[in-house]
Amino acid sequence: MAFTLTVNGKTHEVDAEPETPLLWVLRDNIGLTGTKFGCGIAQCGVCTVHVDGQPVKSCTTTAASAVGREITTIEGLSDDDSHPVQRAWIELSVPQCGYCQSGQIMSAAALLSRTANPSDSEIDSAMADNLCRCGTYLRIRKAIRRAAEMAQSPGGRS
Amino acid sequence: MMDMHMKLSRRTLIRTMAGAGGGMLLGFHIPGAVAAVVAPKPWTTPTDGAEINAWLTIDADGTVTIRVPHTEQGQGALTAVSMMIAEELDVPWEHVQAVFADMNRHVNYGEEYIVTTTHGSQLVRLQHPHIMQAGASARERLKAAAARAWGVDRSDVVAKQGVLSAGRHSAGYAEFATAAAEITLPEEPAIKTPNEWWLLGNPTPRVDVPVKVNGSAQYAIDTRLDGMVYAAVRSCPVPWGRLKSFDSGVIRERKGIIDVVELKAVDGKTGDADMQNGVAVVADTWYRAKTALDLMPIEWDFGPAVEVSNDSQAAEARRLFEIAGEVSNEVGSDALGIIDASETTVIADYHRPYETHARMEPINATVSVTDERADVWSPTQDQTVPLQLVADQLQRDPRDVYVHTPFIGGAFGGGGGGRTAVTRQAAELSRRLGRPVKVIWTREEDVMQDKQRPPVHTRLTAALGKNGLPEAFHSRAVWFTLGGAERHGPATADYSIGTMPYLVPNRRHERHNVAAHIPTTTHRAPGANQNGFIIEQFVDEMALAGDWDPLEWRIEMTKGLEPWQRVLLKLKEVAGFRTDLPRGHGMGVAVVEDHASFCGACATVSVSRRGQLVVEKVVLVMNSGYLINPLNAAEQLEGSVCWELSHALYGGLDLKAGRFMNSNFNTYNLMRIHQMPEVEVHFALSQDGWWGGMGEPGGPPTPPAVANAIYFATGKRVRSTPIVKHDLSWS
Repeated sequence: MAFTLTVNGKTHEVDAEPETPLLWVLRDNIGLTGTKFGCGIAQCGVCTVHVDGQPVKSCTTTAASAVGREITTIEGLSDDDSHPVQRAWIELSVPQCGYCQSGQIMSAAALLSRTANPSDSEIDSAMADNLCRCGTYLRIRKAIRRAAEMAQSPGGRS
Repeated sequence: MMDMHMKLSRRTLIRTMAGAGGGMLLGFHIPGAVAAVVAPKPWTTPTDGAEINAWLTIDADGTVTIRVPHTEQGQGALTAVSMMIAEELDVPWEHVQAVFADMNRHVNYGEEYIVTTTHGSQLVRLQHPHIMQAGASARERLKAAAARAWGVDRSDVVAKQGVLSAGRHSAGYAEFATAAAEITLPEEPAIKTPNEWWLLGNPTPRVDVPVKVNGSAQYAIDTRLDGMVYAAVRSCPVPWGRLKSFDSGVIRERKGIIDVVELKAVDGKTGDADMQNGVAVVADTWYRAKTALDLMPIEWDFGPAVEVSNDSQAAEARRLFEIAGEVSNEVGSDALGIIDASETTVIADYHRPYETHARMEPINATVSVTDERADVWSPTQDQTVPLQLVADQLQRDPRDVYVHTPFIGGAFGGGGGGRTAVTRQAAELSRRLGRPVKVIWTREEDVMQDKQRPPVHTRLTAALGKNGLPEAFHSRAVWFTLGGAERHGPATADYSIGTMPYLVPNRRHERHNVAAHIPTTTHRAPGANQNGFIIEQFVDEMALAGDWDPLEWRIEMTKGLEPWQRVLLKLKEVAGFRTDLPRGHGMGVAVVEDHASFCGACATVSVSRRGQLVVEKVVLVMNSGYLINPLNAAEQLEGSVCWELSHALYGGLDLKAGRFMNSNFNTYNLMRIHQMPEVEVHFALSQDGWWGGMGEPGGPPTPPAVANAIYFATGKRVRSTPIVKHDLSWS
């Protein structure tokens, strides 16, 4: 069955079963491989994308449910790595292997879009679904605080 | 296979291969070129620059491209190799870009990179001499070429920050790069000593970070090729069981299904590089393949291993505790006799269960087989391994096999063995289907079929003398590996115990290597992570039984051992360790050697009356001899704390009826952000001629420091993991 998805502002005609997880449509049908597969059961968060601005686990979100909604993946967060979360991630050298970082960044960006100055416990609860096997959690915490500063300084954006 | 090599002089070979550096470009200013890693023929990607040696080229604009033969799994290989070469070459760091080296060239044409594996915290520790020498050699050849052109002595030429100069002469390196490639030096230069470094030793951001914040970094699982199809696979849940039957008729007509293929273990191959019996469903998308596989009836013959469980192994361990094992180390004499005769003994049994790697990138590989060649994308820690594996599986000449080094979504020791079976599967399927095949294991397959960290059961006994310090020490370790082999380094079963530094006059260390059907392999800090937990808690048990402060005990018992003393005295200085905190609060210390580095930890915990544990803080003191990048080192140490605390606090695989009951992150629990303690890193470097590793040694001392802290907080000694399964309540 064919349907249309809007990803990063572009429309894509997709031929897949409507119950196919959004993750696999993004990766295999559309070719946006920045969103990763980790567990398939919404336990690790590496597949996190935004649907209408809300963070969702794309591995358990059906593609059909995203029809008519704005989907944003890591590739669409900014054109030039200028999103405050991306800049903070680079400044604080967050990624190690990097595999989980698309999901971490999408979760962090969603947190900052609804909470400009998150507390430590707000950061922890917003990021608790995102596993990192390399153990970059301390830098993630610091980078979210730094991104919050950047977003509010002149030239920052959210 | 050597014919071609023999016909080519080294000079011709360099020319032939120049421009065949292969791999992807990445660096500070060209993230767009990352796509080359999955371009159809990235190994033919021309580099404009002149190749001075296999390690580097210099472009006309002065850009130095450094070819890294190691893999980047988050530990900073691209940056470390580039820094070491840039240090010797003496070029501005901003002019450097890193690419992955061509493994086909390496394997088939002279192994110029000497070592390509990326494990054992060894890249800087063991490989820095030849890597730095490649940079020094290039620098001296540039100087020689300039000297020849300018009519001066090479010793009159200065090479600094990309510029050659002598008197009134001055030129960028690029001007003499081609000529330098032709130079043979009468004598190769020595590498710099640390006091001459200008770049090494400075905190330097990793070159791979920018491509990891925008989704452009390419992992093996991201490979996309024209005509590629996808496979989901299932192997017998009980390893080495047989596939009895499967009914593909049920799924053949489903949309997108291309084939259902039985996969057979290769006769005689049961080691790291094996493939289990199983079945693969191939489809036009992976999700269709996986969904169909889930629906297909499969019957297995599990074989005799269904009798094996964690409990059965524990019973076997208790039996073997009473029987002498193979002696791994002995000091002094008659340790057992002294213990038997002693009135003050300490005895305890410890256990660490199976653990899995659970790298965030699930096990996967892509292979494209044609009549002419085979191309491979495999997230292994040594890219020559998939090359040789595919050649073996296809019975093809290795010269026709090309590996395309991807970024690796975590490795942790399992990228050497755990990801090789999948590469055979992909090669076999691509050969049969005649098109590129990407095989992805589900997370469930990944957890159950990975090659696991071996479990260990250990009994420790000690006899204390009049001063409260041990005069005799005995350990008997029982560990379970595939086939019972002592497989990964000497005495891994009791590494850190048999190799402990403590100056006990009489020691005897024994081990039993027990055959098990569960495939096993290395797992970050192999041996040290399991056994650090064991020996460093038992040290506290001995110290407290002898009325010693645990930190003072360690300082006393390592007197004269410089690297250990340096760590312990620094820990005493910075950590504020004390044993008199109020009930419910505790601090603990531990120190473990791993991969030639010495790392001490001091943990602070709180435990509620009802037994709720919070690890508040971990202070690490690291002695790796030298340090080339403090920023990357701190990242590795923080990450190692998370790594091994994950297993010690929450992990553990549950083996029942020959198979693992854990299948995904809902049944194999790992540390999450709110559970991560504050980590404070200190370096205490001997700088005394020896080099230690950095990627693994931060893990081993952390869990015993936490467990020792729990003891002070609660009075409870936790001798097995996962710690959170113990009742830590107190009143």
